[in-house]
Amino acid sequence: MTKSTQSKTLLSANELTCIREERILFDGLSFNINAGDIVQIEGPNGAGKTSLLRIIAGLSRPYAGEVKYAGEDITRCRDEFNHDLLYLGHLAGVKSELTAEENLNFNLRISGYDNFDTTALLAKVNLAGFEEALAGHLSAGQHRRTALARLQHSNCKIWILDEPFTAIDKKGVEALEQLFILHAKSGGCVILTTHQDMSIISDDILRKITLDYRFV
Amino acid sequence: MWKWLNSYADPERSYKLAGTLLPWFVCLAIALIGVGTTWGLLFAPMDYQQGDSFRIIYIHVPAASMSMAAYMGMATASFIGIVWQIKAADWAAASIAPIGAVITFIALFTGAAWGKPMWGTWWVWDARLTSELVLLFLYLGVIALYASFEDKVLAARAAGILAIVGVVNIPIIKYSVDWWSSLHQPATIKITEKSTMTGDMLYPLIINIFGFGMMIGAITLVRFRAEVLARNGMRPWVRALATQEVSK
Amino acid sequence: MKRGISYTKAFTTLLQRDLRIAIRHRGDIFNPLLFFILVVTLFPLGIGPEPQVLTRVAPGIIWVAALLASMLSLERLFKADYNDGSLEQMLLSPQPLVILVLAKVFAHWILTGVPLILVAPLLAVLLHLDSNSYVALMATLALGTPVLSLLGAIGVALTVGLRKGGVLLSLLILPLYIPVLIFATSAIDSASINLPYSGQLAIIGAMLIGSLIMAPFAIGASLRVSTN
Repeated sequence: MTKSTQSKTLLSANELTCIREERILFDGLSFNINAGDIVQIEGPNGAGKTSLLRIIAGLSRPYAGEVKYAGEDITRCRDEFNHDLLYLGHLAGVKSELTAEENLNFNLRISGYDNFDTTALLAKVNLAGFEEALAGHLSAGQHRRTALARLQHSNCKIWILDEPFTAIDKKGVEALEQLFILHAKSGGCVILTTHQDMSIISDDILRKITLDYRFV
Repeated sequence: MWKWLNSYADPERSYKLAGTLLPWFVCLAIALIGVGTTWGLLFAPMDYQQGDSFRIIYIHVPAASMSMAAYMGMATASFIGIVWQIKAADWAAASIAPIGAVITFIALFTGAAWGKPMWGTWWVWDARLTSELVLLFLYLGVIALYASFEDKVLAARAAGILAIVGVVNIPIIKYSVDWWSSLHQPATIKITEKSTMTGDMLYPLIINIFGFGMMIGAITLVRFRAEVLARNGMRPWVRALATQEVSK
Repeated sequence: MKRGISYTKAFTTLLQRDLRIAIRHRGDIFNPLLFFILVVTLFPLGIGPEPQVLTRVAPGIIWVAALLASMLSLERLFKADYNDGSLEQMLLSPQPLVILVLAKVFAHWILTGVPLILVAPLLAVLLHLDSNSYVALMATLALGTPVLSLLGAIGVALTVGLRKGGVLLSLLILPLYIPVLIFATSAIDSASINLPYSGQLAIIGAMLIGSLIMAPFAIGASLRVSTN
């Protein structure tokens, strides 16, 4: 990892405030996320982790403050920002009426990719042989993997992942962690929440942003 | 700690501004409506055709004209709130909506009450009554949508979009209803007030229209202040205000 | 690195997906259609079978039933996508939201609007619609139902995040449907007495163009609020 890629700021949050149902989840929260970062947002349930991720992804609007991408407010440069963003939320965005392959195919196409081999990509997430299975018939873990297969074919720099390891087995988690490290090394960044311990990504390469539950 | 308070001091300032403006609006509303109504009901000449029953005009017409104005006001506030993200504008829109609905209802009700002696029926599908009814539905839609969101920041944005969509549609609806009614009933009923009105009848009406405007403004201010407090319940200044009130 | 697919491709990709899902889930196509037919058959039972009366009210009945059917079927327009997270992905996709929204509404219209247009002549027979009016009925439905889908989608987008959006939806969008109803039924009435009705059709056409241009922006903005 060279110094120049590491110091490049991809995203910066500026004085973010989030209020949900008259409760302040966080306020005045500022941080920078640089190329090469793997950032974990941590905190107890209800601390606003998902809210923060959704704000950074541009899905929610903060009560106050702004998120900047390449020096510009993300609501002003949505198209450029979305080009560089891969967000996977609690809900996987996988349609149960479609097969695993159709799902992946659609998700990649709508993100603007045109040349890819869905069979190979599904094989990478251990779904070889399930291409034709309806996503509704897959197990929770396989369902999740169908969504995560998008990570295998992505040139987005910013990955925002809400609980990516849910329902994934140990080996799958390790593979994902390796993927994250690779992605960070190639100049991207990963922002994630998880309640699971990670085995490969050690604390010295992991940055943490802690949200504490406040009761106002 | 409350750093964001400084950059968003607006609620407190707008609350205070509304408080300063309120007495003026109240005084003007009472004065104008008092003069207009007394003049209109007691001193204006009787209509040679309709007799005394025409006097309901002094409530009906101001209410009807203000119902549309209030909607425009609400939509303008929503637009400001959505485009420039000014929360005070959202709160203003939220406080106008129920007032507008009530005024619209008053216009409909007085219209029906006037229709009974004039047309012999409570309701006719007259163009104006119909589009007033549709306006009431639009108001109720905005109010219902605002009420259904628990998060009031979102509620204001959703209701605001609806209000703006409504504004785009009001002229179309109005035009289509006018056209429809002229198609279905070839000018059997025509309320011909303004053009044939004498000055003595007209002036109190105009005074009352302004009076109603002031009254709506005053009620909006009261509701706006309440809305600001409700939306900012967790802010220190609201708490300080509350303790002040209690200790008084 | 920039990558991209053309707008047309984004449009057809989403359109294909929605059609494919609908074909695997046929109930969604047939239920609104059955509702439409049922509502229309209820009217003769309610107001009596005299052909003259039915001929008189047929345009209104068919169009009111079409409004209700359109509204009912629209409720599901964004619901499934909202529930499984696809809607978020759509909002975050690099494709312009307006294109995606148009594709969704268009798919919905193909699935619910077109069957309605096809079945309408049959119902017109049941209601003794004047024989001069058939073309007008089809033409108004062809121009009018897309307007209903577009306007209705605004209401749906606003209520998709709410748990009990159904009744609210009717309050939000039925007032917006009034102009279409007025001009459509009047066109059919004109046709029945051999008067020209191209004026009414032109107005509905203008509404279609206006809503095609403006509604997608309102729908997009509403979706952003609903997924917040």
